[in-house]
Amino acid sequence: MSYLQIKNINKSFHGVAALKNISFDIELGEIHVIIGENGAGKSTLMKIIDGLYTQDSGELILKGEPLQMNSPVEAISHGIAMIHQELMPVPYMTVAENVFLGREPRTKWGTLDRKAIFRETAELFEDMKLNIDPRAEMRTLSVAQIQLVEIAKAVSFNSDLLIMDEPTSAISDREIDNLFELIFRLRARNKAIVFISHKLDEIFRVADRITVLRDGEYIATRRREELTRDGLIEMMIGRELKDVYEKRDIKPGEVLLEVQNLTKKGKYQDISFEVRKGEVLGIAGLMGAGRTEVAEAIFGLEPCDSGKILINGKEVTIRDTSDAIDHGIALVPEDRKELGLNLRDTTGFNISLSDLKEFVEMGMLNKKAENARVDEAIKTFNVKVTGRKTPVVSLSGGNQQKVVIAKWMMVEPEILILDEPTRGIDIGAKAEIYKLINRFAKEGKAVIMISSELLEIIGMSDRVVVLSEGHMTGVLCGEEINQMEIMKHATIQTKIG
Amino acid sequence: MEQVKEKNRKKFQVSELSQYGIYFAFIVLCIIFAISNPVFLSLGNIINILRQISFNAILAMGMTMVIITGGIDLSVGSVLAIAAVVSASFIKTAEPVLPVGGAVLAGLAIGALCGFFNGLFVTAGNLPPFIATMVMMTIARGGAQLYTKGRPVSGLLPGFTFLGSGFILGIPVPVYLLAVVVLITYFILNKTRTGRWIYAVGGNESAARASGIKVHRVKMTAYIYCGMLAAFVGLIMTARLNSASPVVGDGYELDAIAAAVIGGTSMEGGKGKVFNVLLGALIIGTISNGLDILNVSSYWQQIVKGLIILVAVLIDRKASK
Repeated sequence: MSYLQIKNINKSFHGVAALKNISFDIELGEIHVIIGENGAGKSTLMKIIDGLYTQDSGELILKGEPLQMNSPVEAISHGIAMIHQELMPVPYMTVAENVFLGREPRTKWGTLDRKAIFRETAELFEDMKLNIDPRAEMRTLSVAQIQLVEIAKAVSFNSDLLIMDEPTSAISDREIDNLFELIFRLRARNKAIVFISHKLDEIFRVADRITVLRDGEYIATRRREELTRDGLIEMMIGRELKDVYEKRDIKPGEVLLEVQNLTKKGKYQDISFEVRKGEVLGIAGLMGAGRTEVAEAIFGLEPCDSGKILINGKEVTIRDTSDAIDHGIALVPEDRKELGLNLRDTTGFNISLSDLKEFVEMGMLNKKAENARVDEAIKTFNVKVTGRKTPVVSLSGGNQQKVVIAKWMMVEPEILILDEPTRGIDIGAKAEIYKLINRFAKEGKAVIMISSELLEIIGMSDRVVVLSEGHMTGVLCGEEINQMEIMKHATIQTKIG
Repeated sequence: MEQVKEKNRKKFQVSELSQYGIYFAFIVLCIIFAISNPVFLSLGNIINILRQISFNAILAMGMTMVIITGGIDLSVGSVLAIAAVVSASFIKTAEPVLPVGGAVLAGLAIGALCGFFNGLFVTAGNLPPFIATMVMMTIARGGAQLYTKGRPVSGLLPGFTFLGSGFILGIPVPVYLLAVVVLITYFILNKTRTGRWIYAVGGNESAARASGIKVHRVKMTAYIYCGMLAAFVGLIMTARLNSASPVVGDGYELDAIAAAVIGGTSMEGGKGKVFNVLLGALIIGTISNGLDILNVSSYWQQIVKGLIILVAVLIDRKASK
């Protein structure tokens, strides 16, 4: 009997299915990698196993017993612990205090038994062969070390199942080696390790078995020996283009934007490409490849260390976002809640925010003109609201994204950069956004679209720049724009100098 | 979809309630005091209340602007004092250095300068506003003491005292000044681009930056405006008392913050309305005036003020949930 059986799990959010009838097993003493594109449902499934979400139907069977959990705390009591992608230690406490947070041993007087905290942590670390000082303050540790501490903490709960959500996304190669050593030691102790990752190389290095999810569906579970790299990619993406991507029939004109050798230390290096009028340039790559950072450099949010930006053949200086806007550049950011919107205000406030100068008359805002334009934008971009005063926080993800796009269209940019324009929105809204992008390109403007969704990149782009670990690893056009080529270039390992 | 709509409607109602709740609270307060003692509603007393609140309400206007950007200004009381003593020293009857207008401008300039440094600490220095303005609070207070060697400055040109103790059509000049400041603040916050940016910066600073707004400049504007208004209050107060003391204005920042908060200004930034803040100041003033009339001790008055702030913030929290 398997240690954990996942049986027919279904989960949807607001009517959109995130997981459809997922079933597979996890065994003790194995490293089980779960792989899939963004939105495949990996994180949702892990959150169900961790007790953070409850499935709509289906069950988890742990050691033969159906498992009912309502919180990560209960999961821990069942021997299930998750190491989160964003780690949450208390920075000004010592390592040992973090390990024992919330369950501090006490002396017979009822006071904190600090000696025991440090002694037991030291024993734990020794047992796991971790070379970390229990008395160090948490904030002095590297991300990798914090991760190791979190794993040790999970082990100290006597967990049998450890879930790691992209544990190698923010750490160096040597630290990855340390992490893998620890994982192998845990496997030797008959623990089950579930490991989520995008990186093919490391998957083939650690996995015993690999489960592929795609679009919320279970595709297959295979032993590592049974798989080739190409075979795995095919399993991840093997599906057909849907007709949401309407083909544009336009010939790109002359070069509008050109970047030469953009470099930012530790982020990206020697990025050069150009975008033509009427062209949609896709930028593909895995998470952390430096795509967003390059976009932010062009838009003046995080200027690059060196490199040139040319518009219409002339070099321009972009020190901040208002320079970028003056040069006709707009950025629809990846994180719309953090960078795109003021969630404390209304839809109308957000739509006109970047274009207020259009409405200034003798130092005063002409609200009538503003409201008219805002109402027009709400209609044009089909934002579903009761009116411009609707709080933007109450809108759905798709409608919020339309607000951000409307806001930037008000500025009438020549160059539009979209970073993950359809993340977290439903298929209907997606199709509308693709239409907007096409219309924009047809007007002879230049579009840069960053996306992790291969289908979107393939369906929308005239050319595709692929980044991997901060380097340009390919420029694809025509027939080369296919899933295999993109994935191949996106997983080439490079080094940033 | 339907569910979402339902939720919006509910939220809308609660926030609506909190918006008008303050008007309601004010009216109830007035009725209670009026019933308890008819003197409360006499014209003389109403004018009295308006004059009493004018200082705090003017301070609250600048404070509100700063709070909307997501900051706070603890230095207003001290800035008020240093502006007061410096301008007063320029127009002592015995040895006037400047004409009255010049002294007023000098005072405002000092306030603007203090605000400028507050803004500089917060933006270029990246200090938390609480710390930055606390630094200014201490320095400006020390500066005022140093400048006067701890003694008050008195005996001022008569043209100047009109600013604080004059009457036009039976209404004290400070009340007119308050009205002007309220209108200017309303104008800036609601009718200009800068105003929109102030809300944007407080609502989501990174999004504001990503929208092409020069965030530092916007914050700077708010702190300078707040500093100038503090100085302005210092001038009116000096004119009213015909003397300036380096110790005036101690603790005024708290009343100004209280008015802003009672008026529904969110301490997290991005939210706040000029007229509601005016009402907030009016409520504070009415409570102390009403309780004075009822002979309630000032100790009790402080407790009541605290409770009112508590209730105001609780309502605000509920509404924003």
